[in-house]
Amino acid sequence: MGRARTIIDKIWDDHVVHSADGGSDLLYVDLHLVHEASSPQAFDGLRREGRTVRRPDLTLAVEDHNVPTDSLLIQDPLGRAQVEELRRNCARHGIEHFTHGSARQGIAHVVAPELGLVQPGMTVVCGDSHTSTHGAFGALAFGIGTSDVEHVLATQTLPLRRPRTMAVRFAGTTPADVTPKDLALAVIARIGANGARGHVVEYSGEAVEAISMEGRMTICNMSIEAGARAGLIAPDETTTAYLRGRRLAPAGAGWERAAAFWRELRTDPGAEFDREVTVDVSGLTPFVTWGTNLGQAVALGAAVPDPESFTDPGERAAAVRALEYMGLAPGTRLREVAIDTVFLGSCTNGRIEDLRAAARVLRGRTVAPGVRMLVVPGSMEVRRQAEEEGLHEDFLAAGAQWRLSGCSMCMGMNSDRLRGGERVASTSNRNYEGRQGDRARTHLVSPATAAASAVAGRLASPTELDGGL
Amino acid sequence: MEPLTEHTGRAIVLRRDHVDTDQIVPAAFCKRLTKSGYDDALFAHWREDPDFVLNRPAARTASVLVGGANFGTGSSREHAVWALRDWGFAVVVASSFGDIFLRNALKNGLLAVALPAETLGALADAVEADPDLAVTVDLHRLELRAAGGCHPFTVDKHARFLLLNGLDDIAVTLRGQDAVLRYERDRRPWLPSMAPGSLTGEPMSSRGRR
Ligand code: SF4
Repeated sequence: MGRARTIIDKIWDDHVVHSADGGSDLLYVDLHLVHEASSPQAFDGLRREGRTVRRPDLTLAVEDHNVPTDSLLIQDPLGRAQVEELRRNCARHGIEHFTHGSARQGIAHVVAPELGLVQPGMTVVCGDSHTSTHGAFGALAFGIGTSDVEHVLATQTLPLRRPRTMAVRFAGTTPADVTPKDLALAVIARIGANGARGHVVEYSGEAVEAISMEGRMTICNMSIEAGARAGLIAPDETTTAYLRGRRLAPAGAGWERAAAFWRELRTDPGAEFDREVTVDVSGLTPFVTWGTNLGQAVALGAAVPDPESFTDPGERAAAVRALEYMGLAPGTRLREVAIDTVFLGSCTNGRIEDLRAAARVLRGRTVAPGVRMLVVPGSMEVRRQAEEEGLHEDFLAAGAQWRLSGCSMCMGMNSDRLRGGERVASTSNRNYEGRQGDRARTHLVSPATAAASAVAGRLASPTELDGGL
Repeated sequence: MEPLTEHTGRAIVLRRDHVDTDQIVPAAFCKRLTKSGYDDALFAHWREDPDFVLNRPAARTASVLVGGANFGTGSSREHAVWALRDWGFAVVVASSFGDIFLRNALKNGLLAVALPAETLGALADAVEADPDLAVTVDLHRLELRAAGGCHPFTVDKHARFLLLNGLDDIAVTLRGQDAVLRYERDRRPWLPSMAPGSLTGEPMSSRGRR
C-alpha cells in the first residue's frame, strides 16, 4: 500500500500514459463528447494536417447548442451550417452522432449519462465547460477548448498538470425544501465565483449521499461556476443502482468486476486535500442569484445586498455594476421581484426529476398572466419519459410551453432568447450579462422555485404558494 | 507556430473582475466555422457603450490588456482567445484567470500572465497615467517589465516549452504513440465504447470485447 490518496489522485494516476519532466502528465481520455459549436475548427485542423480521429469508438457527437426547440428546422443559416458541418465530420470519421430530431438527441451532458456511457473512474472531456456534470459518477470530467478538442480527436490524450484537490464537505441534513441546485448556489455564494479555481473538488458528506444521481449531476455541473476544473462524488450504491441495466453499462461478468472496482474507488482515510471547506446545510433555504456572476446569490427570503457591504473593492465594483445591469436597488426583497419569463431546462436542471419537481408545483395551478414559461427537456429520452408520466399535461394545462430538447434559452446560440431587458427565473447555470439574450436579466433558481415563480409572476418558493414562507 | 520569447507593447486597462467569456465573445458570434476573423466580436455588447475602453483610440494600437481578477471565467469557448488575438492583443495580464481560458490562451500564443493583485493594481495605475508606457512580457525569463519594475510570473511548463520552441502540441504528443498503445492494451475491458453496434443488439459485456 502506498500513501493515502484522494479519489481524484486515484483516477488521475490510473490514466497517466506517461509523465514528462516539468510536471506534465499525458492523460488518457476514456470518453470524448463532441458538439457542433466547439468542434468545427478542430476537425478543420485535423484535415489541414492530414490527421485522423484516433478513437472514434470513444467519441460521441450531439447537436445541442444551436438547435431550435420548437421545430426541427434550423432557420438560422449559420447555425444550420454548423450542424451540417458536424454531420459531415462525423460521417467522414465514423463517429456516432445523435442528430436533431432523433430519439436519442439531447444535451451532451444529459445524453451520455442516461445511456450509461459515464461510469466511475473514467476520464471524460468535452469542448464545453459543464462537462463537470459527469463527475456525479465519480468520473474525472472537465471542459476543454477547441484546440484541446483537436488534440483529443487526434491522440485520445491530453498533456496536463495534476490539478490541485479540494474537499467540499456538506455537514448536517438538508431541509426538505432545499434542492441540489440550492446547495450548489449556496456553496458558490459561500466560496465565490473564483473560490475553487484550479482545483478538482470532491463533494462528500451525508447530505450528498442522500442525493439522487440526477441531483448529484446538478451539483457537479455547477462546479465550474465556482471556478473549479471539475467536481466529483465518489460512487456508492446510488451510482451502481443508476447504472445497472443501462444500455452501455457493463453487464454479466463485466458488471461484477466493474462494480467491485467501483466499490473501492474512494478517497483513502487520511488522504490530504490541498483545500478543505465545510458547508453546513441544515439551516439553508432556497437560493437565488441577484447579480451577474455566480457568487452573487442569496437566500430567496433575503434582500438584494448593498454593494457597500462588500469589503473587497473588486467585488464591490462588480456588485454596483451588477445591480445597474439587473435594474435592482439594494434592500429590495427578492420575493418582490417580478419576472416575465421562466426557463426550465439546461444541462443543470433538464432531467426527469427536475421536470417532476416543477410539474408537482404547477399541478392544478396556472402560469401568471403575462409570464411565458418554457419547459425544455434535456434530451428526447427525458421528453419521452415525461410524456409517459403525463408531466407534459401538467405543463400544458398550466399554460407553459412543452418543447423539444436542446440547450435552448441557457445561452443565446439558438432561437430561444430573451428580448431586451426581460427578466427570467431560470434553472440554467449562468447569470452573465446577455447570456440568455440581449440585455436579459437572469435569476438562477431550482426547478421548484422556477415553477412557483411562474405561478406567482415574481420570484417565489413553492412553500409560499401553499401559504407558508 | 513561430517561436515566441518576448512581447513589448502599449497597454489598456479593463478594471473589472469576473470578466466572463460570454462578454469577451457573445454566443451569437460562436456560430462561425473559422478560427479567425473575430475582431468584430470582441466585447461586442460592452462596445455599444461609447465610453468602453475598447472604443478609445489607444485601444487600436494596444497589444496588452490589463484586466482584474478571474479574467476569462465561464464558458470554454476558444473564440474568446481568437477574438482577443484578432483584435491585436498579444498579452493579457490579470490577477487570476479562468482555467480553461488560460489553457486556450497559451495554446494560441496569447500570453496570459497572472500577477499578484497589488502588482496588477500598480501596473494598471501606471498604464492609465501613461498610455504610452511600454510593457514587456519575457517568456524566457518569466518576467513582466514596465515602468522600471520587474515582476516574476509563472507559466505552465509544457505550454512554455511549446511556445518558446514554436512546436505543435499534437505533433509532440503523436511522437509518444507507443506508450499510448501500451496503455490501451491494459484498459479495463468493461469500459464503454461507441463502436458500431453498441447502441443496438446485446448489452456491452456479452459482445466479447477484448
Ligand atoms: S445547456 Fe447551457 S450550459 Fe449546458 S451545454 Fe447547453 S449551453 Fe452549455
